[in-house]
Amino acid sequence: MDILFLLIPMSVGLVLLILAGLWWAIDRGQFEDVEAEGEKILRDD
Amino acid sequence: MNSAGAQATVYNDTVVRQFSIMAVVWGVVGMLVGVIIAAQLAWPELNFGIPWLSYGRLRPLHTNAVIFAFGGCALMATSFHVVQRTGQVRLFAPQLASFVFWGWQAVIVAAAISLPLGYTTGKEYAELEWPIDILITLVWVAYAIVFFGTVGIRKVRHIYVANWFFGAFIIAVALLHVVNSAEVPAGWMKSYSAYAGVQDAMVQWWYGHNAVGFFLTAGFLGMMYYYIPKQAGRPIYSYRLSIVHFWALIFTYMWAGPHHLHYTALPDWTQSLGMVFSLILLAPSWGGMINGVMTLSGAWHKLRDDPILRFLIVSLSFYGMSTFEGPMMSIKTVNALSHYTDWTIGHVHSGALGWVGLISMGSLYYLIPRMYGREKMYSVPAIELHFWIATVGIVLYIAAMWMAGVMQGLMWRAINPDGTLTYTFVEGVKATFPFYVVRLLGGVLYLGGMLVMAWNVWMTVISGRSVDAPIPSPQIAHA
Repeated sequence: MDILFLLIPMSVGLVLLILAGLWWAIDRGQFEDVEAEGEKILRDD
Repeated sequence: MNSAGAQATVYNDTVVRQFSIMAVVWGVVGMLVGVIIAAQLAWPELNFGIPWLSYGRLRPLHTNAVIFAFGGCALMATSFHVVQRTGQVRLFAPQLASFVFWGWQAVIVAAAISLPLGYTTGKEYAELEWPIDILITLVWVAYAIVFFGTVGIRKVRHIYVANWFFGAFIIAVALLHVVNSAEVPAGWMKSYSAYAGVQDAMVQWWYGHNAVGFFLTAGFLGMMYYYIPKQAGRPIYSYRLSIVHFWALIFTYMWAGPHHLHYTALPDWTQSLGMVFSLILLAPSWGGMINGVMTLSGAWHKLRDDPILRFLIVSLSFYGMSTFEGPMMSIKTVNALSHYTDWTIGHVHSGALGWVGLISMGSLYYLIPRMYGREKMYSVPAIELHFWIATVGIVLYIAAMWMAGVMQGLMWRAINPDGTLTYTFVEGVKATFPFYVVRLLGGVLYLGGMLVMAWNVWMTVISGRSVDAPIPSPQIAHA
């Protein structure tokens, strides 16, 4: 199962990438006052 | 055509229109091929002895047409629409967006020619040969640049949750395609996989199941999170839950693939790992389903009056059903009965016809009139009709396949007291015949619904005109 030496590191890399995305979003205040953001799209056109 | 000055104030809806119309066209084509191969399974004479029309070549044509042509065009139309509206900005790199449209159509046409001619890599859902794989890669990179570029230049600080789902779908599919399609060319339309034996099987189903997870789930959830609130005129039930849904889903999806390889040469622990991850997936899937359905909480009457909303909400009930059924089927003891039977086909189609099909149709019914300067579709009763024949078709299809599948599984494992098999394989095939006929009937109804939609779309388009909607002044930007 040599293929796991490709797939597992790739999955770990991906998880780290996703974590970075999550941290970025939290850090940039994407998730503050989220319920108001849900309302906003109703007025976008 | 708009002048350059006016262009900055309107959305780029040309590419949205193109993809919306082609989604309907490819939907009709892909479902028609599905009906033909369903008929061939019931009456093999319909192969006519013509190689190009034989089941083995038309089946990949059907799956490619409905998933990548119909589903792909619907995803590209809606993602380009949603990313502009929620960001209140025109598409980034419009020429590149145009290349995405024409490039994707070229991929589809290449598939429609090469698959009946018998060119295939033999990898399910990745059958296309290497030159087409390269074109897919180029188109996909362009798609990613346009989508993320538009997110980058958005005028609204918050990135709406639907865009996260579309974004994850684009990145994941890029990675899956490149890894799984790694192949060594041996001529213009012939290649060998870069992996061999069980390694290849593992990569193939790592790809195969994540294609379900990211192409057929995450992308369409993006549609769900935008078009259900818009059509219902109510915000998503819990925006907080939608964020949990997104991160939980993408963190846990990647390792469900081995459940396609239960009881094979794949190491046992890898199979069990796949099963465990599949079971975990039930939680985020149902969280998302409940979030979508509960958006109508307190306004259930809309479901009675609005056929578009019915498409969208019923699609979620099929999503809930198939994301319950999937984890159950991934349990090894259940899989011992279900695997290689038509139960799997029933499961796939409850997801494909019920979830992916209905959510796309509902979203397109919302989108198309607005793209052609109309309040609603040419005929609302026709939407109603489409809904009912499609739903009856799905129920016939999946009920027939459930019964056929369980019956096949039980017949194959039945053993006489002396240890010999009770039934020969062909007895199982014979017993399946009536279910194949019912499945064909279900498929014909579903295709009939799609034809009603095509007529309705045609009438809407010729009685409307192409308008690029104005971008609203930045009222709530940077709030």
